[in-house]
Amino acid sequence: MRFIDEYRNVELGRGLIAKIAKLSIRPVKLMEFCGGHTVAIMRNGIRQLLPPSVQLLSGPGCPVCVTANVDIDVSISLAGLPGVTVTTFGDMMKVPGSYSSLQKARAEGADIRIVYSTQDAIQIARENSGRKVIFIGIGFETTAPTIAAAVLRAKAEGIRNFYVLCLLKLCPPVMKALLDLGEVKLDGIICPGHVSAIIGSKPYEFIPKEYGVACVISGFEPLDILLSVVMLVKQIETGQPRVEVAYRRGVRSEGNPVARRLIDTVFELSEANWRGIGNIAGSGLKFRKEFEEFDARLQFPISIEPVREAKGCLCGAILRGVKTPLDCSLFRRVCTPETPVGPCMVSSEGACAAYYQYGV
Amino acid sequence: MLPIINTGCNMSDRSNTIFLAHGSGSKLSHELIEKRLVPPLINPILSRLDDSAVFEYRGGRFAFTTDSYVVSPIFFPGGDIGRLAVCGTVNDLAMSGASPLYLSLSFIIEEGLTFEELELVLDSIKRAAEEAGVSIITGDTKVVNRGSADKLFINTSGIGVVAEGVDISGSNARVGDKIIISGAIGDHGIAVMSQREGLKFSVPIQSDCAPLNKMVAEMLAVSSQIHCLRDPTRGGLATALNEIARQSGVGIRIEEERIPIHDGVRAACELLGFDPLYVANEGKLVAVLAPEIAEKVLEKMRQNRYGHEAAIIGEVTDEHKGRVVMKTRLGASRIVDMLTGELLPRIC
Repeated sequence: MRFIDEYRNVELGRGLIAKIAKLSIRPVKLMEFCGGHTVAIMRNGIRQLLPPSVQLLSGPGCPVCVTANVDIDVSISLAGLPGVTVTTFGDMMKVPGSYSSLQKARAEGADIRIVYSTQDAIQIARENSGRKVIFIGIGFETTAPTIAAAVLRAKAEGIRNFYVLCLLKLCPPVMKALLDLGEVKLDGIICPGHVSAIIGSKPYEFIPKEYGVACVISGFEPLDILLSVVMLVKQIETGQPRVEVAYRRGVRSEGNPVARRLIDTVFELSEANWRGIGNIAGSGLKFRKEFEEFDARLQFPISIEPVREAKGCLCGAILRGVKTPLDCSLFRRVCTPETPVGPCMVSSEGACAAYYQYGV
Repeated sequence: MLPIINTGCNMSDRSNTIFLAHGSGSKLSHELIEKRLVPPLINPILSRLDDSAVFEYRGGRFAFTTDSYVVSPIFFPGGDIGRLAVCGTVNDLAMSGASPLYLSLSFIIEEGLTFEELELVLDSIKRAAEEAGVSIITGDTKVVNRGSADKLFINTSGIGVVAEGVDISGSNARVGDKIIISGAIGDHGIAVMSQREGLKFSVPIQSDCAPLNKMVAEMLAVSSQIHCLRDPTRGGLATALNEIARQSGVGIRIEEERIPIHDGVRAACELLGFDPLYVANEGKLVAVLAPEIAEKVLEKMRQNRYGHEAAIIGEVTDEHKGRVVMKTRLGASRIVDMLTGELLPRIC
């Protein structure tokens, strides 16, 4: 298959692995930011192929995983309101909140539908004018423009029964928060590919400048990741940390200005609540005043029971790169994809699910 | 059994409700069957949990099976619910090494189905039965209110006869056996999914829905040393191999680069975030057989129209018992687990 096979080429892969082994002298800790990276690494067994000096840690780049319990609880409560249809990406269905999950609420009669895109949610709103259709808007800079576009469409068409529970989050601010926490001494970051297709490479420049940490924007094929590791190791060994793009076919340094304009039209910066990290100022998006009619938080005031966190669940520490799924006493024993305790076991891009699914 | 531990805060999904995921061919489906459905009805034939029940009666050995078909949409590229209802049951019989003889046919029709649609389905049933060489000898029809079914549900049961010397079961895999897949995986699941979601590909992906009994007969004519046969339907190849590993108490090792997958399916899986190993097939089989006959059987399979892309993809080992491990293209190893939950699209 063209444009895929090239990036899975075995010979080139072996060449890159040999190059890493040759270049890497001092032990380095690299964080693969994206859940998609974690899956590609596990699925291709890349950890086993790297020299022991290169350690890969999973980061907080899985939108389902970083959704806080309170926001799951709010989603479930919204689904329980009369006349409301909740639409969501499939991965959210099984995430346990404090007391229930969307999947459980659906089985108990709530009208919750899985959609592939925000446009599907709009379509459901069009076809069910008697119901209030709420989209659970999780995601990063990649998803934000699509939600913004849907909201603009709804506004243009005069669709009055479409709402978004906006849980959108931004990547560079959480990277800064992790570096400020300083729990893990990172040498380099494998930066998100699709997020960077929107925001470009500039928003990461503070990382090498202020923290001396190497950055390479990576795609999601095995060769993309191996190439990024080569580039990171080279930056670290030569003592020249900077932002480089290994994912040239997907990312321009200026990003996608059209998509960013869409985000900017509909949303403004706000504080966001990250699982395991907490509230980070300026790390999320909220509706601008002129779009408040779409804001499910404002239009459906609800109260929820006190939030409870699952005892023993290490999702928070795993998202910060402090622990790995193998450190968690619940992993594989109590917490499995069928009986997930935390979201990292639910999402197909969660670190725990990837370790469970592919780990040897 | 997976431990049920109340973690206090985690609500876990072990409530008193059945979820869609219980029907997806995943681990939850297996739990539903093994922990709830089988125990109250347990008997030695049922407890084998193969694709068909094989029993002896007056000196003959027979295979008996039943399956319900609820596919949506009822017409999809490469097939429809009628062809599926015949092939699925014929294949379940064939996977026990039986020659299928007779089928029953029950319709549950939702009010509002057109006669034209029903006739198209019937015609396809007729043609699939002719191709498989089976007769439909009894049936039933119910019509239910709009909303009580989705257009058309079909149940078929089938009976077949097992030849002497044939002993095929998911629990018969032996260390050293080779594993064959009869062709490219994932065509059916992606064909149905793309029809359902209105996805268009430049090369349309057709369901592989087909009766495999003639190919199985040809394989058995080469050698009776075929130990397991399974059609990797819901849950895909990964789940079928895990079932065999568990039932036989052996490890299975497969090689990623040997598994045939059509480009269209690979592309669709990339797009939708699916792993083709978990996508359903309706015209493929997995065979586990003695190494000395593997090449010969493979050659025979490749002569059949439904087996021309057949390939040896791995072997049975005494390591990692009960698990399936895959050698990746880059030479590393990873676990291939059963499907967990529903197949869901990825979100970013």
